[in-house]
Amino acid sequence: MGAPDLKQRVSDALDNGSLAGALGRFNEAYVASRAKAYAGIDFEALRDELVAVKGRAASRLEELATQFTEQATAAGAKVFRTSDPQEVKRYLGDLCRDRGVRRIAKSKSMATEEIHLNAFLEKQGIHVAETDLGEWIVQLAGQRPSHMVMPAIHLSKEQVAGIFSREVKEELAADIPGLVALARRELREKFLAADLGITGANVAVAETGTLVVVTNEGNARLVSTLPRIQVAVVGVEKLVERLVDVGPILRALPRSATGQLLTSYVSMFTGPAPGADGAPKELHIILLDNKRTEMAKDPRFAQALRCIRCASCVNVCPVYRLLGGHVFGGVYTGGIGAILAVWFDALKSSNDVQSLCIQCGSCTPVCPTRIDIPEMIVELRRRLVKEEGQPFMQKAALRMVNDRRLFHGLLRAASKVQKPFTKKGMIRHLPFFLSGMTEHRSLPAIADVPFRDRFLQIEQPAAPTGKAALYAGCLVDFAYPGIGEAVVKVLNTAGIEVVFPEAQTCCGAPARYAGAFDVAARNAMDNIRAFEDPSVNWVVSACPTCTVALRHEFAATLRSEGQEDWAVRADALAAKVRDFSSLAKELVDAGRLTVEAAKGLEPVTYHDSCHLKRRLNAHEPPRALLGAAGHELREMKDSDTCCGMGGSYSLKFPEISAPILRRKLENIRATGVGTVAMDCPGCMLQIGGGLDLAGESTRTRHVAEMLAERVVGVTPAG
Amino acid sequence: MFDLFRAKAEAVSAEVHRVPAGTQALDLVLAVLDREGVADAPGARAVWCEGPILGALLDRGALARRFPGLSFEVTRERAAESRVGITEFDWALAATGTIAQDATDPRLRLASMLPETHVALFRTSTLLPDLDALLPRVDPRKARYLACVTGPSRTADIERVLTIGVHGPRKLVVIAVDGEIGAA
Repeated sequence: MGAPDLKQRVSDALDNGSLAGALGRFNEAYVASRAKAYAGIDFEALRDELVAVKGRAASRLEELATQFTEQATAAGAKVFRTSDPQEVKRYLGDLCRDRGVRRIAKSKSMATEEIHLNAFLEKQGIHVAETDLGEWIVQLAGQRPSHMVMPAIHLSKEQVAGIFSREVKEELAADIPGLVALARRELREKFLAADLGITGANVAVAETGTLVVVTNEGNARLVSTLPRIQVAVVGVEKLVERLVDVGPILRALPRSATGQLLTSYVSMFTGPAPGADGAPKELHIILLDNKRTEMAKDPRFAQALRCIRCASCVNVCPVYRLLGGHVFGGVYTGGIGAILAVWFDALKSSNDVQSLCIQCGSCTPVCPTRIDIPEMIVELRRRLVKEEGQPFMQKAALRMVNDRRLFHGLLRAASKVQKPFTKKGMIRHLPFFLSGMTEHRSLPAIADVPFRDRFLQIEQPAAPTGKAALYAGCLVDFAYPGIGEAVVKVLNTAGIEVVFPEAQTCCGAPARYAGAFDVAARNAMDNIRAFEDPSVNWVVSACPTCTVALRHEFAATLRSEGQEDWAVRADALAAKVRDFSSLAKELVDAGRLTVEAAKGLEPVTYHDSCHLKRRLNAHEPPRALLGAAGHELREMKDSDTCCGMGGSYSLKFPEISAPILRRKLENIRATGVGTVAMDCPGCMLQIGGGLDLAGESTRTRHVAEMLAERVVGVTPAG
Repeated sequence: MFDLFRAKAEAVSAEVHRVPAGTQALDLVLAVLDREGVADAPGARAVWCEGPILGALLDRGALARRFPGLSFEVTRERAAESRVGITEFDWALAATGTIAQDATDPRLRLASMLPETHVALFRTSTLLPDLDALLPRVDPRKARYLACVTGPSRTADIERVLTIGVHGPRKLVVIAVDGEIGAA
């Protein structure tokens, strides 16, 4: 599947109006119900427990699989271990032939989806009925699940009524209780008639050989009780050491998956329990590896084995919300699905799917086992680039932004030719091939005088009490020099001297997020050289993306590239790096800077940039600063949801970026304020451009600009 | 702790009762059989899986005469034709409003799962704080099928609309019994 195919699938999903409606409503309801379910629970402590339990298990898969096999066998189960999906099919095919199985009732098992088991069994002439309502719907529709927990979330009740009507050859109304009642009736027959039941498992306990299955509908209870033979197909990542380890998993899974305290049913079976009416019962457990052990040995991806399949990552994903799981994901949906597909299928198969991740990081704070999906996606991109090289256009673009003279020259030239297209400092239309950049938003005009030249005109304090080196970043330097001036003014007011190392270059974020780590590593080295000044107390940036690069990513990139000496230098630099608002707040708290509240200021709203909120954890400092300046803050809905910028993502997938931006603008509009404050020039470009194109007067302002108007110096004591 | 159990179980649509002793529990069960219109017809019958809480109080003959569709023989066929199933549970979990049972005996599962109304009894003294408190108390080598039940069967698979009663019971009636085993 190449890029054009992906573009087509994206476009089809976006054109499907009912999909976005269903997923949008779901996303909003989920956030509220999850929060309610976790009320009174220390989520971070629970995560600690889960990371320990699942992490320990993932590091001992082989031993635990052996122990589980011994225990389950002792309890009377037949355990079949294999790493090969084909072997699973062969085993089940043989079993069905031996035991004369004609009908199978199945409860939910992602492992069987992974190996496409149903198609195989049906080819053998065996009738397979999915009994989870959502799974049955997608089975009848000839589709695959679009969500790990709610397989038919992409379908409306009208569509379900149509699917059921075809099945029972009778016109059914789109009435949900009626449709559920029909499913109960139809599937009850199938439970009772089945010769064999297939379940999955949510947990497999090594010390006792126990399988744990959770459901709400009760179908796994029937599947594991009524047929004379039961087969459980279980991925080895479900193993845990002890029975008590089930506790934290079941405290997290229902809360994170559906906002429930516990699912309606939790069944734990150990060996075959006696069958109905005294009939003998067989239990076969298939422990499937399918590259999981290989994954456990990969230091960058072993964390993915901690996944408990709650799907909270996709439930909060702004891209999933638009595209659904048929486009964004494989058998497993969303970003985690793109990652798992690499192991279960092949690296290349995930190439296009993983590119859909906008790197907003919304998924990281909700993951109960602290899996860092965006980080693994960047690592995938790195390996893809290593394996296949960079696409030509990407290479050309990165070469341009990395040759500072060329890039600056080009931008300055652009600022001259753009004049005919510029109106009130915004570019509304760009000609020719550049038109895509201004289709959904205007662009800021390139400044006549870049920040680096303006900086030279600013006189620094005569007797400074500290020294900060300013990292401007491309947008502050060339599009928003006023932000840079505001940062300098605030720091100067606090008595701090600001220096601007001329040799600073691109922060490397565009290269890193595209997987071009060699380029990002060179950027890191150039900047480390430029900023390694022992007399500097802080390195400050008004761009959160750049700040994250300097503070977290330089060292990581350099270590990935085997540059340990440089990484140590990056660590030393990182310790001095601050985002603007956090540093300003530190100075205010330390009494080195005073903010004078103005009276009668208009209320403002605040947009949290992804990098500032989730990578730098600076949610509170900008709000405190705005409050100190006298602004009443009117919070918008979902203030920390991505604006759709995502760096070059908005150029690569403008059709996805645009609806994400639209939603952000709606939330801003709903506050009724005239100014939206933020800390990120990239977000300003996106949101400001969107507001301009919509012809709205609402202004976007950087917190530094707003603070610069309200700061007064403090004379150092003594 | 019982108040918490009641609040959590009711929040997931269970009907919760607490009685001082077995006789009142028996009266409640009979009231449910009346209310549900149990009769000797397919789909209207009832199955009762006896246990230590009410076992000693049951006059099977009298009950069978009063409710012609009621049977103490829990078979697969009988359970599938029943409107009401009655079983006893070994524990309850306050934090989630859950009842838990060693369901190794398949009759317990059939009577709990197949009928539309499930009446579940437990002794109040077996109430535990949560699942984490239960796990160290069970030996899976003995309790080969441990079943935890929290409210009736439910789904939200169509448009995320909560709908009660998919494959399991549509109604769950939980009766907590305070008194001694078999005490009147």
